[in-house]
Amino acid sequence: MSSNSQKKGFGATIWDYMTTVDHKKIAILYLISGGFFFLVGGVEAMMIRIQLMKAGNDFLSAGTYNEVLTMHGTTMIFLAAMPILLAFMNAVSPLQIGARDVAFPFLNSLGFWLFFFGGIFLNLSWFLGGAPDAGWTNYASLALASEGHGIDFYSLGLTISGFGTLIAGINFLVTIINMRAPGMTYMRMPLFTWTTFVASALILLAFPPLTVGIFFMVFDRLFGANFFDVTMGGNTIIWEHFFWIFGHPEVYILILPAFGIFSEIFAIFSRKRLFGYTALVFATILIGFYGFMVWAHHMFTVGLGPTANAVFALATMIIAVPTGIKIFNWLLTIWGGNISFTVPMIYAVAFIPSFVAGGVTGVMQAIAPLDYQLHDSYFIVAHFHYVIVGGVVLAILAGTHLYWPKMFGTMLSEKLGKWTFWFFFTGFHLTFFIQHFLGLMGMPRRVYTFGADQGWDLFNAISSAGALLMAIGVIIMLVNVVMTVAKNERVGNDPWGDGRTLEWAIPSPPPFYNFAQTPLVRGLDPYWIEKMEGNKEGMVYAEPLGDIHMPNGSIIPFVISFGMFTAAFGAMYHMDDHAWALPVLIVGLAITFGSMLVRSLKDDLGFHISKEELIADNERIQKEARALEGGKKGGLK
Amino acid sequence: MMKGPKKWRLFALMTALLVFLSGCGREEISTLIPAGKVAQDQFNLLILSSIVMLFVIIVVTIIYVLAIVKFRRSKVGEDMIPEQVEGSARLEFIWTAIPIVLLLILAVPTVYSTFDLADVTAMDAQDEEGVAENLTVNVTGKLYWWEFEYPEQEIRTAQELVVPTGERVYFNLIAADVKHSFWIPSVGGKLDVNPENVNTFYLEFDKESSELEEGVYFGKCAELCGPSHALMDFKVKTLNREDFDAWVAAMQEEQEAPSEALAQEGEELFGPDGLSCIQCHAVNSAGAATGVGPNLTTFGDRTTIAGFMEHDEETLKNWIANPQEYKPGNLMPEAASLNDGKELTDQELNALAAYLMSLKVEE
Repeated sequence: MSSNSQKKGFGATIWDYMTTVDHKKIAILYLISGGFFFLVGGVEAMMIRIQLMKAGNDFLSAGTYNEVLTMHGTTMIFLAAMPILLAFMNAVSPLQIGARDVAFPFLNSLGFWLFFFGGIFLNLSWFLGGAPDAGWTNYASLALASEGHGIDFYSLGLTISGFGTLIAGINFLVTIINMRAPGMTYMRMPLFTWTTFVASALILLAFPPLTVGIFFMVFDRLFGANFFDVTMGGNTIIWEHFFWIFGHPEVYILILPAFGIFSEIFAIFSRKRLFGYTALVFATILIGFYGFMVWAHHMFTVGLGPTANAVFALATMIIAVPTGIKIFNWLLTIWGGNISFTVPMIYAVAFIPSFVAGGVTGVMQAIAPLDYQLHDSYFIVAHFHYVIVGGVVLAILAGTHLYWPKMFGTMLSEKLGKWTFWFFFTGFHLTFFIQHFLGLMGMPRRVYTFGADQGWDLFNAISSAGALLMAIGVIIMLVNVVMTVAKNERVGNDPWGDGRTLEWAIPSPPPFYNFAQTPLVRGLDPYWIEKMEGNKEGMVYAEPLGDIHMPNGSIIPFVISFGMFTAAFGAMYHMDDHAWALPVLIVGLAITFGSMLVRSLKDDLGFHISKEELIADNERIQKEARALEGGKKGGLK
Repeated sequence: MMKGPKKWRLFALMTALLVFLSGCGREEISTLIPAGKVAQDQFNLLILSSIVMLFVIIVVTIIYVLAIVKFRRSKVGEDMIPEQVEGSARLEFIWTAIPIVLLLILAVPTVYSTFDLADVTAMDAQDEEGVAENLTVNVTGKLYWWEFEYPEQEIRTAQELVVPTGERVYFNLIAADVKHSFWIPSVGGKLDVNPENVNTFYLEFDKESSELEEGVYFGKCAELCGPSHALMDFKVKTLNREDFDAWVAAMQEEQEAPSEALAQEGEELFGPDGLSCIQCHAVNSAGAATGVGPNLTTFGDRTTIAGFMEHDEETLKNWIANPQEYKPGNLMPEAASLNDGKELTDQELNALAAYLMSLKVEE
């Protein structure tokens, strides 16, 4: 492994990515696979909107529609939004705290491959006899009644994928606690790192309940247990509790990193430090904390009784307070600033009204008696898309533009970016705003068809038209990516010109060891401080130049994950009495545990980059930077 | 003190909002046109919270628009470095305190209403003669239809709920298979129909459904319950107390055999010597629950077939011949499978349809 990026063959590049433990390359893996699943989920979304374009449409059959809607939700949450956010966390947080890598590079790679194989497993259900069809919440009575292997694909796929996410969460917690550069106190951490930290804590606490719930489901379906079988004394509402004790924090696992990305963007493109940084940090922590207190607001209509409903209603309302603090602090960050409307910034600016709209409808649903009307209607569909698309997806699109140069060393086209934005943003509001009214007019969610005599036709048609605009926006974005990769115009450290945090102090993309010397952090927004003081060097360093210890790459994470992937097929088909199923299960587990054993017994001490190599590397980087600078002066202006 | 014009503006805004919201959707199904006290309470909460939330949106919008208009780079200059303001304790206190006040405004009616709507203590109230003072209906959700049992009156029906206006009607809800959710949007919020426990709530119906364009309110299943979840509709007929009592009395009577020859032939076919439809479908409202198929006692009085299709003989014949095509995943067998593998002839279908359409208790 060397930072000297010589041209490698295609096969060698693939092998490099399969064995990499470098957080920046893993970030790229997450981005590409998350992006792929985002497109898959998007196609599913379009199928939903085509089916509901007019009353009594027969584009999809009832059964297929339920599969499509289940897979749309599951894919978007577990396989698109979360991995893409993990991509940014991986790409940026270690840099923001001045670390060389994450705490456990091997586990980082394992986390990715588990997610990847879990996602592939889940989506193979389309080709192997039917996808899950009980909704992304997979409510127990329907999930148990569902025929075929759809629900088994869901349970086993999400178990594998969930292990990966849990590993990633633990990794970030340890990294952020232990690997901050000297001077990077907690209250100097950039907000994106803070939100990564809190979201990771939520992952640590929220994924185990999901895993337990899914394990029960697996035992019920595959091994004849009766956790949820009412006729045998089971209870389906237990599933709902397990699911939402995970599911509600999950919303914050998604939205907090989105908040983090927007916080960075507001500060950078307003040239101002975040207004009320301390309040923003504590609001983040509070939101994370309350996230665990409010799961039953998804269950107001289950019949938990007025006392539970009242308590959970009030607890839910309280979340509006820290969220409101954040909104106003962002507004005051741009107030008095010097705003430049780059693509990331227009997403951030568009996020505020979209998210406020999603937030206020959230408070409306917290009013339990009102929720009896809104629950499971299209009002809910509108609300959570306002939160998740208006918050998380806008953040993902903004973050892609913002961090693309840091991750790949090239800039996405601003012009195409703005086209993407306008199509996507217009389409988004057109699709979902009107769904509030569909819900209030009595339309339940998850219906594959509706009758023409109920007054819902026009609004559904408008909603479908909006979805088309969003799709066009995403296609323009893909064109943008392809063109940018083809052009390959390199950029320097700080391509936006107003970078404030440590990641902008080093080359784009950074060398694989990140910082040749660990920087010394002298305050909030350390790179901005150095720039304002006219420090030509970029940073002040906390240590002299010396040898750097780095981990070796490894194929073992890939193999471990592949073993679990194989074993899952064995477990699933075992109940159909296929003779080959048990051997497959055993072989799969043998691969997994065997490779774990190899990893445990074989010492891998990593390697050192010598001081001389670092100096040579640094000279090369300096030369490239000068060439780039010269090119810029000659070319631009 | 508020000045006159300001008050006027707020009033105008609220009126506009009300008109806008209440103009939305059809009277039979829209939550924005409440047809009962429960729905009205919930609608009032909707209006209250919409006003509070609109206030929040207006405040945010004002700051937002000012910020992005006043401080754009083209206005303040390319090289301007803004002052790096740390924050303001006073401002942050304000935007913590104001939301808390707003939430208190919402919290009080929320808690009151939550307990009010869950209050079913009057359900078991009896007068001196031991007769229940209030009407209770037991609702069972099944794939993909609804059974309504009136325990006190000892009658049962399916797919069309008949209730009196102007009084509280109590409901016991349970699912026979998977979870469903019972929802009559224009009359009141939903409650889940769980397989493991009975959920209880009440609704009030204000308006006689005969005044509606469709003659019935629309009820829905709101919880995904399988392929035909979207089609698990039911209808609600509301009658004044007098008419309701008459309906109950008619239901309690022994139903008369059909007089028409074709319908008699249909009855034969329906019965144990024919296709044995009667094994699953009771045609006597007083009978015990058969469980599998909807009770057809009032079939001729209903407004839809299978909850969502036109109520005419043509549709009925199509439905009998091929139920899976219209409601995928339902439990009704193909007619041929009951007829030794032979498709039903047109004559047989006509007879069945004539018989079913003759099942009436209303005049």
